Amino acid sequence: MTAARGDHLTEGQGTTNGMNALLITGARLLGRDAADILVADGRIVEVGSLEAPQGARVIDADGLVALPGLVDLHTHLREPGREDAETIASGSEAAAAGGFTAVFAMANTSPVTDTAEAAERVLDLGRACGLVDVVPVGAVTAGLGGERLAELGLMARSRAGVRVFSDDGRCVADGRIMRRALEYIKPFGGVISQHAQDPRLADSSACCHEGEVSGRLGLPGWPGVAEEAIVARDVMLARHTGSRVHVAHVSTAGTVEVIRWAKAQGIAVTAEVTPHHLALTTDLLVGYDPVYKVNPPLRPSDDVEALREALVDGTIDVVATDHAPHARHDKEHAFVDAAFGMVGLETALPVVSELLVRSGRLDWADVARIMSVGPARIGGLTDHGRPLAVGEPANLTLVDPDRALTVDAAASRSRSRNNPWHGRTFTGAVHTTIHRGRVSHTVDATTRTAEAEYAQ
Amino acid sequence: MTRHLISSADLTRHDVESILATAESMHDVQRREVKKVPTLRGRTVINFFFEDSTRTRSSFEIAGKWMSADTINLSAKGSSTSKGESLRDTAMTVDAMAVDALVIRHNASGAARQVSQWVRCSVINAGDGTHEHPTQALLDAYTLRSRMGRLDGKHVVIVGDLTHSRVFRSNVITLKTLGARVTVVAPPTLMPAGVTAWSETDGFATSWDLDAVIDGDDAVDAMMMLRVQRERMSGGYFPTAREYTVGYGLTRERLERLVRRNPDVLVMHPGPMNRGLEIAAEVADAPQSVVLDQVSAGVAVRMAVLYHLLAGESAEQLPEGAQA
Repeated sequence: MTAARGDHLTEGQGTTNGMNALLITGARLLGRDAADILVADGRIVEVGSLEAPQGARVIDADGLVALPGLVDLHTHLREPGREDAETIASGSEAAAAGGFTAVFAMANTSPVTDTAEAAERVLDLGRACGLVDVVPVGAVTAGLGGERLAELGLMARSRAGVRVFSDDGRCVADGRIMRRALEYIKPFGGVISQHAQDPRLADSSACCHEGEVSGRLGLPGWPGVAEEAIVARDVMLARHTGSRVHVAHVSTAGTVEVIRWAKAQGIAVTAEVTPHHLALTTDLLVGYDPVYKVNPPLRPSDDVEALREALVDGTIDVVATDHAPHARHDKEHAFVDAAFGMVGLETALPVVSELLVRSGRLDWADVARIMSVGPARIGGLTDHGRPLAVGEPANLTLVDPDRALTVDAAASRSRSRNNPWHGRTFTGAVHTTIHRGRVSHTVDATTRTAEAEYAQ
Repeated sequence: MTRHLISSADLTRHDVESILATAESMHDVQRREVKKVPTLRGRTVINFFFEDSTRTRSSFEIAGKWMSADTINLSAKGSSTSKGESLRDTAMTVDAMAVDALVIRHNASGAARQVSQWVRCSVINAGDGTHEHPTQALLDAYTLRSRMGRLDGKHVVIVGDLTHSRVFRSNVITLKTLGARVTVVAPPTLMPAGVTAWSETDGFATSWDLDAVIDGDDAVDAMMMLRVQRERMSGGYFPTAREYTVGYGLTRERLERLVRRNPDVLVMHPGPMNRGLEIAAEVADAPQSVVLDQVSAGVAVRMAVLYHLLAGESAEQLPEGAQA
């Protein structure tokens, strides 16, 4: 259940007395030792074995894991332009339900986020909702046209303080533009998040991974090398310019090899992988269900295993959802004609828990690293991905590691239903999300009651 | 048999053989002065063509009419698809008119499969993008069987633009179902992605060298030449028409070599032919060519498919009017 909109309006007005305090009892910090966490005025004020101050709300977190609030470097919130598919408000609700306290909103809206004004508009819409920090990503090129730079500096100087730039949905294919963008963002510490896809190797009708499945199905595909060739070029440009490049949604084993090599050279490259590329394979396309149409495409199981390994060994830094809601009427076309993308904000943590934590490949401290600390660092957020310590901003996610969650697409807070996980069960689910000291989401009935009382 | 015919893989050997047996009866009907049988009286068949087609659409239309079904042709040009209506909405709209069968031709692979999941009527795939064309494979099998009997052990070679061919994808399945041995030949650029693994799983051979196949140990019983679109040259699939013909065209010289090895060799082409590109003009008209037999078989085979899908439980028993 998501907290009432407008709850944030009281933010900063309270005092450190119990009326504005929240006590989380018995949570295992990063999955390790249990402690109580006292939150007031948007910050963590005490950690230890604590008594509840009078009037404080108490969340019984016995058995739960406390993580720094999750950060998603890659979402599409569709506002402005496609409010029928998602709004910043509905996307924020989905994000809070997924345990996120900050989400980066990609620039491929209509109009494109390629000016300071557009970026501030996204920031303000996010603040008006107040459930998560909505951080605008700026376009690299004007109108995502790929031909001339967007106003990168003005976006960086704006109230939105844009640091992540991306033409996501399209590749910055022109090597000269990519080079100049990387150089230009150095003074303000920006990063280019590249959608790596050579448009000449992936023609306009390509709709899936090129391989045996696409051959049998007669679907035009594109090969892994369309991604790998751009990543190889971009890491060399990052070396040449001394600037930072971030590889969005890595999908192939070959890309992993290139990134591993580049990191070994000391090149400033970071990378993300989506939950769906960690779990879903090309085989799902046999029924031509466009819910599985996504860009980059689902790849064969060899690639999937390489991505898991790379995430575990740190070659891939973070998990990002690429949450891409679409209206039904944009998906219910023939496979080649349907829109690319799948929703993912609410299922990211459960997928990671099921795939990597329960199998023992990662622990909860690793989850904090790949879903909070890492993305906050790459995106330049100072209030997120912080230690669970006194004085830090109270952006927290409580995870129930034992709760089984069966995904129901119709129950999503997102406005869209293009959910590839429908009907699947994952163990490990978000219990409560605390954004700047306020409960932005919880499944706990008693906390909900307290919330309702508090609101009166 | 299933309610739909989407892929050649939907058909067991028994299914294929009973359809081809029915098609023989239907072929006899075709030769009568009065061709109409009452089998599908009161049934409605919609031919929904999202892509231009002359022979497939007209043969489905004739097949339906000769079986007394009410057949209606819809083309995408006049439909709402050009206005951006989703495929699902289009399919549901047609289905809501309580039709019995939807024959669908679409330029997108998988469209027939998708539509079959949304509607109550039977769906027959009349060609979906570069995926499949199961009635073409059935009429090709019919044509081959009428000339050479059982296909078990026969060697059929399919040559051409395999990447973009639904005829190849359906034929390789149906020919294997009937026990034939299949070799597919194309330059590497026109081989489908992943064909090596695919051919190993499904048990057919691949080659880049047409002459090696013609002169190989395994004499050829039928050559199936696929249409090669000239616009593929701009995609870098091959340099020039001349070079394609030298490497992969069925020239008179190649036909002579085939005949020397096997006087009964057959030459097939699903049409429309590019005479002079993938098949020499005189080869298309040679005695070995069964191109027009294929067209003629099209109507009988589509009558048989409609019969098996729509006559339902009683499909084993041919209607009296269809007896020769």
